[in-house]
Amino acid sequence: MLKINAISKTFFPNTVNEVGALNNVSLTIKEGCFTAIIGTNGSGKSTLLNAIAGTFIPDQGSILLNETEISAWPEYKRASLIGRVFQNPFAGSAAEMTIAENIIMAMRRGQSRPLRLAVNAAVKEEIAEKVRMLKMGLEDRLDNPIGTLSGGQRQALTLLMATWLKPKLLLLDEHTAALDPKSAAKVAELTKHIIEKENLTALMVTHSMQQAVDLPDRIVMMHRGQIVEDYRDEMKKRVRVPDLIETFNRVQKRELFDESVAAMLQQQYI
Amino acid sequence: MNLIIGAFTMGLILSLLSLGMLISFRMIKFTDITVDGSITLGASLSAVLIMAGWSPWLATLMAFSAGAVAGMVTGILHTRFKIQEILAGILVMTALYSVNLRIMGRSNIPLLDTETISGGTEKLLQQFTGGTSKMNVFGWPVPLTDMAVFITIAIICIITGILLNRFLKTHFGTVLRATGNNPQMVRAQGVNNNTMVVFSLALSNGLVALSGALLAQYQGFADVQMGIGMMVWGLASIIIGEALVGKSSLGITITGAILGTILFRLLIAIALRWGLNPNDLKLVTAVFVFFALVAPYMFKSLSSKFFGGSRHA
Repeated sequence: MLKINAISKTFFPNTVNEVGALNNVSLTIKEGCFTAIIGTNGSGKSTLLNAIAGTFIPDQGSILLNETEISAWPEYKRASLIGRVFQNPFAGSAAEMTIAENIIMAMRRGQSRPLRLAVNAAVKEEIAEKVRMLKMGLEDRLDNPIGTLSGGQRQALTLLMATWLKPKLLLLDEHTAALDPKSAAKVAELTKHIIEKENLTALMVTHSMQQAVDLPDRIVMMHRGQIVEDYRDEMKKRVRVPDLIETFNRVQKRELFDESVAAMLQQQYI
Repeated sequence: MNLIIGAFTMGLILSLLSLGMLISFRMIKFTDITVDGSITLGASLSAVLIMAGWSPWLATLMAFSAGAVAGMVTGILHTRFKIQEILAGILVMTALYSVNLRIMGRSNIPLLDTETISGGTEKLLQQFTGGTSKMNVFGWPVPLTDMAVFITIAIICIITGILLNRFLKTHFGTVLRATGNNPQMVRAQGVNNNTMVVFSLALSNGLVALSGALLAQYQGFADVQMGIGMMVWGLASIIIGEALVGKSSLGITITGAILGTILFRLLIAIALRWGLNPNDLKLVTAVFVFFALVAPYMFKSLSSKFFGGSRHA
């Protein structure tokens, strides 16, 4: 279970570029729940994911994963509990190394790295068996550099790598956004399949409303570094894309209203 | 023949430098200038220790450790204190100049009539040939001493190459190679990429210092200036090696670095023989490395000029 308690983060504090990226965000995600985070650009959804992954340490608040306080842990230490897939399909694997070598690294995520030969026939057989599941024909290309694959293939492999050892939490940061529509659909389908099969706790940032409606069990909407809407259980089952867009517009209008009122008052009184 | 054996021996000694730089420059993609200082460190430390009566093997081992410490310092300066990699290397290299002078107590230590690492092999060869001072190699008489050095160094190089190849294929070595490729990915797999950089630089500079220790024993002296330009030489050797055999697998890359260094030394020996002024050697090497580095891009832009614009992936 993931428990986020009132975390805040301000980038470039006390400068003209000051950005309040996260503002007192609290969120609890139950074991086995697949949650999507949606929101406008700059709403803080990726920042929230990075805060959990440990890319930076929040200014305030705490993050508990399975009752363990992890907010002071460095990024690499959190990797023992967290599997990640990035927006950039090339970010999750080492391009010049073979498919087998990349997967072998993921097979020991967060564990010791002994001085034993990494690649051997038995391990390759084990890898081929799981890679065959992707139905991309990659099981015959295990000794090719992973950089020779397409973005969609690499993202599918990254997903497989992130979940090879069952993570306590899976973080997906717009992992289909940089792919062509066909690959994106395939990776999305694979995501749902793996999460359901392994009963994973997952957090996915997405720009695609359709994806947010189709895949997860719960939708959280963010705006300006805060959570503004939370669809879960029955509510989530009923929500459709137009509802989400409507909520978006409402949130933005509210803000527009605030600003125009402020401008009007300024004219009148200053 | 003496010239060729000399070039081969020199090439094998410096191939340890190239192997070290292969780790920093090619595996973790760290442009490490510490090399210029750590090769001298290896030479000076081993020279002083041998003069003090240490076993040459032990002295060489100490040189390796000292080089490893130097590399570690560069790594910590870069990862812990966020100093740019080139600057971190320059700082340590500059500091090592003084350290080397301190170790030696003067700028040059001759190693004449001292026990060297090839002493054992020479005795063995003497028994084998029945006490002559020269032995017959493909019809040429070669001094036994030179042959002993050559054989000893060749064995050391081959063992180092095999060990390095094995090491880089272990779980640990696999992550090490990934660190230069994609540090973000390495962190996401639960490994501290900074630790890997520090370790790699330690190993790299350890090998470089080992090369320096052997160089001092072969040349018969250690000099505080001997490291200048060594990084560029190593680089040239690696590039030649890659051109020679490619880099399709780890074993081939390592073999290439060794062969490249030997070929480079042969080319230099021939050039010097043809009358190249030794003072121009470093200029020529630098120009060569420049062309080797820009050639791939020049070919690319040339071919796109001829074959119509840039092609998209």
